Amino acid sequence: MAFSPALPASETTGPAVTPLPVRDIAPWALLAASIALVLVYFVGFEEGALNLLSSNVVHEFVHDARHLAGLPCH
Amino acid sequence: MNMRDLLVRGMLAGIIASVLATAFAFTVGEPAIERAIAIEEQNAAAGMPAGHDHGVMAATATATAAEAEEASPVSRELQRTVGLVAGTLALGVAFGGVFAIVFAFARGRLGITSDRGTALTVAVLTFVAFYLVPFLKYPANPPAVGHGETIEARTAAYVGMLLASVLLMIAAVILQRWLAEVRSRWDASILAGIVFGALVVAVSLLMPGFSEVPEGFPADVLWHFRLASLGTQLTMWLGIGLAFGVLMDRAARPVAQAAQR
Repeated sequence: MAFSPALPASETTGPAVTPLPVRDIAPWALLAASIALVLVYFVGFEEGALNLLSSNVVHEFVHDARHLAGLPCH
Repeated sequence: MNMRDLLVRGMLAGIIASVLATAFAFTVGEPAIERAIAIEEQNAAAGMPAGHDHGVMAATATATAAEAEEASPVSRELQRTVGLVAGTLALGVAFGGVFAIVFAFARGRLGITSDRGTALTVAVLTFVAFYLVPFLKYPANPPAVGHGETIEARTAAYVGMLLASVLLMIAAVILQRWLAEVRSRWDASILAGIVFGALVVAVSLLMPGFSEVPEGFPADVLWHFRLASLGTQLTMWLGIGLAFGVLMDRAARPVAQAAQR
């Protein structure tokens, strides 16, 4: 199936893709990593091993998502 | 193809995938969480320390239940609906952003010519590195499993395993690219996969273990919960990869059609 000639040519051969230069990716990698760290921190680690907020509302609110993400909790 | 577009598509794919992951988590994961919480409350009523109410030693079951109710500022009803959606959405956007960056590095560097193929490969590899390997060493635990006193040690160990897993995956991909110059792509992937697997096993044998499942905790609830966690995260990462591939194709199509004319 996967090698059927009925597939469009782009699926099998196609022209070689030019890689994006690492120096173009780097600043965006920093941005994406920062956003991810903040979001994952508040879902996964706030009020657990670390504690930045005085209330535990955020921790309790995302309780189920954290457990299912496999992150350590209580 | 610029980085801004890739990042936007990654996060959009994350939002789409988190809708699918939430649907799976709600139907498959929530029943296990509800059963675990019922057990947690029974244990608390029996004076066994567990869960969020650290050190609560109430004289009667009713007093404990009332205290547990007060201890949480968010009701169960909210946790299992809006909270689950919001938490999964936040993780989806975060993972989607990370996915876009990994895709940007992978595109044109893995020997895969189609964006969809690269996206699916990256989705599988990020799922293994960010979730599956840490999960195999430190499996997801439902409420009522895990001691409050060890949260810091367990978090440190989990993050350590996660970092090791991601670094080993990067090393394995570099090894695969290097081997692919002298062997076929298939052989290179198999050899790199064996090295990755062996190193993952070695690292996890060196990492500390935690055995904190309470005596008498039903094995089927634990199994059901862990399977639900695995399924939720598999849905998330595969969903991101497939949705991202669709978004890339949709963006490429007008250009390709214009080129054909």
